[in-house]
Amino acid sequence: MTSPIDIEGGGTSVVVDGEAGPSAKAETVQLEGRSPGRLMWMRFKRDRTGVISACVVIFFFAIGLLAPLISKLYGKDPYTVYADERPELFDSAGVPVQPNGGISGEFWFGLEPGNGYDVFTKLLFGIRTSLMISLAVTVTVVLTGILLGVAAGYLGGRTDFAIGRVIDFLLAFPAQLFFIASMPVVVSLFVSPRDETPTYVRVLALIIVQWFLGWMSLARILRGTSLALREREFIEAARVSGASSWRIIRKEILPNVVTPLLVQATYLLPSFVTAEAGLSFLGVGIVEPTPDWGQMFSKASTELVMQNDITYMFFPGISMIIFIVAFNLLGDSVRDAFDPKTAR
Amino acid sequence: MLRFLVRRTLGAVVILFLLSMVTFVLFFGVPRDPALLMCGKTCNADAIANIHHVLGLDKSIPEQYLIFLHNLVMGSDSFAQGPCPAPCFGYSYHSNEPVWDTLIDRLPTTVSLTIGSAVFFLVIGIGAGLVAAWRRGTVVDKVATAGAMVISGMQIYFLGPLALALLVYQTHWFDKPAYNDFTANPLTWFSGLLIPWVILSTIFAAQYTRMARSSMIEQLQEDHVRTARAKGMSRRYVFFRYAWRGSLIPIVTIFGIDLGSLLGGAIITEWTFGLPGLGQLSVQSVFFSDLPLLLGVMLFAAAMILLFNIIVDAAYAFIDPRVRLS
Repeated sequence: MTSPIDIEGGGTSVVVDGEAGPSAKAETVQLEGRSPGRLMWMRFKRDRTGVISACVVIFFFAIGLLAPLISKLYGKDPYTVYADERPELFDSAGVPVQPNGGISGEFWFGLEPGNGYDVFTKLLFGIRTSLMISLAVTVTVVLTGILLGVAAGYLGGRTDFAIGRVIDFLLAFPAQLFFIASMPVVVSLFVSPRDETPTYVRVLALIIVQWFLGWMSLARILRGTSLALREREFIEAARVSGASSWRIIRKEILPNVVTPLLVQATYLLPSFVTAEAGLSFLGVGIVEPTPDWGQMFSKASTELVMQNDITYMFFPGISMIIFIVAFNLLGDSVRDAFDPKTAR
Repeated sequence: MLRFLVRRTLGAVVILFLLSMVTFVLFFGVPRDPALLMCGKTCNADAIANIHHVLGLDKSIPEQYLIFLHNLVMGSDSFAQGPCPAPCFGYSYHSNEPVWDTLIDRLPTTVSLTIGSAVFFLVIGIGAGLVAAWRRGTVVDKVATAGAMVISGMQIYFLGPLALALLVYQTHWFDKPAYNDFTANPLTWFSGLLIPWVILSTIFAAQYTRMARSSMIEQLQEDHVRTARAKGMSRRYVFFRYAWRGSLIPIVTIFGIDLGSLLGGAIITEWTFGLPGLGQLSVQSVFFSDLPLLLGVMLFAAAMILLFNIIVDAAYAFIDPRVRLS
């Protein structure tokens, strides 16, 4: 990598870190070059909030990944309708008989009013669905953002103008309204309106719709970064030495846009989680019986739950707050670790 | 200034035109037949063809779009339901009312919701941010920052039903939120919208607190602020006259964006509280496959976003005399 940060890396880290301790002395003695990635990792490790929120985020992803295993050990699945299987647990309205939403040693998070799904496994699998969709959206958005943003910034001229106008145009879309309006449209591209919609089609539609209006902010930022990089000496040197545009983009530009890319991606993912949950809340995203974080909120807003069993609301609600806050804090920490000069 | 406004308005009209084209093709060009939904169980090919003809769906997509544009600008008398003066978005498939009238009908709810909550979140959000910046590093600052952090992780679809359950269903302290006409009785208008205002503005206020705080702190480190302090101006004067003005730009930007998108319909809030505004209308029209209505709401919402973009850019010139409109 020919990044100029490389050369500065070893020398300035002590000053930049601003934390002069016994270790700082040792570092000045051994002037060994460290990669920006290593420097970032060192700064990040020292940030306690960052480490804790990273653990929380990893915990959520682990839950999503291991949901089938956990529910197997726990002995239940999110599809069993306990209102039919164990009618003695529910009253005539479908509300769990036991207090606090039927929380017991057997059902750790209680039972869902109405159908009587097990809330614990439903939440696990719901998180799994939500994170899977949001991760897929993030990946597609990042790829599109890199492709269009770097192309616009590095190539400039007409390409830049065209991509810029497309971005302006898409930014005028009322995003949420467009999501809910185009969900049925995208779904009907795959299945006829008379047939039952399979879940994977809904998932695919959610990914496509969110991707379509999700990539612009990232592309804009990457455009700005590569526009600035284009004028730097090391790029010029590469160009003079006869490197092709493709090679320069791949070897010189891309390694240098990793920083804004990573920071933006950590901010984007939670926003996709909440957007997807919003769609499922409105009833145009994932629908029952497929477990989904947002769909649990739509269940929680029914009169049955609000009237009889508010315990149920807190499981999706609190878990999502923890997830979003941890992810946002992680985003701040990642940004600080990469660029210690920006003040909070 | 006038040149700027004319240029931006023309740009916005071009974008709206393109947007109407894209959404029109998207809604009408896809094999999702509203006739199937309308003709019910006793459906045969003749009935569907008849509905297609009545709705004008038997023509080609470009032709339908040209008719739509023509009606929008000139109005039309060719609708079976009656005359439709410009701006004519056609008639709703579901209610058979003119789309424009329905939009105008729903607008007061959305405007009331937006204005009410904007007042709340500006005062509370920016106020908390300023206090936090003024008392930077103290307990007050930490509480405000942490509170804003936690609230920014909350969503309306959690907070809304929670408030409803606690305040309405469990304790019966409040009536169910509803929209009552302001001109008929301002008091019921206020009490009916109080919960939605508070919930919506809580979510928004957190963002404003964080932004007001960070941009104030940034401004307070500027050279001109330090100079003002050094030559003996009071902290209070410098804080409100120098730093505050400089920190307005990011706040006004976000406020414009928020206002524009809220006026196009606060979808989740209106859906949660059952308020008959544009947001609720859009969700309903999705469920009924009510394409003309959906197109109408979409264009209206986009127009609001573009309008407030222009207003924000024009406002920069007033806030910061260095900004030149071009």
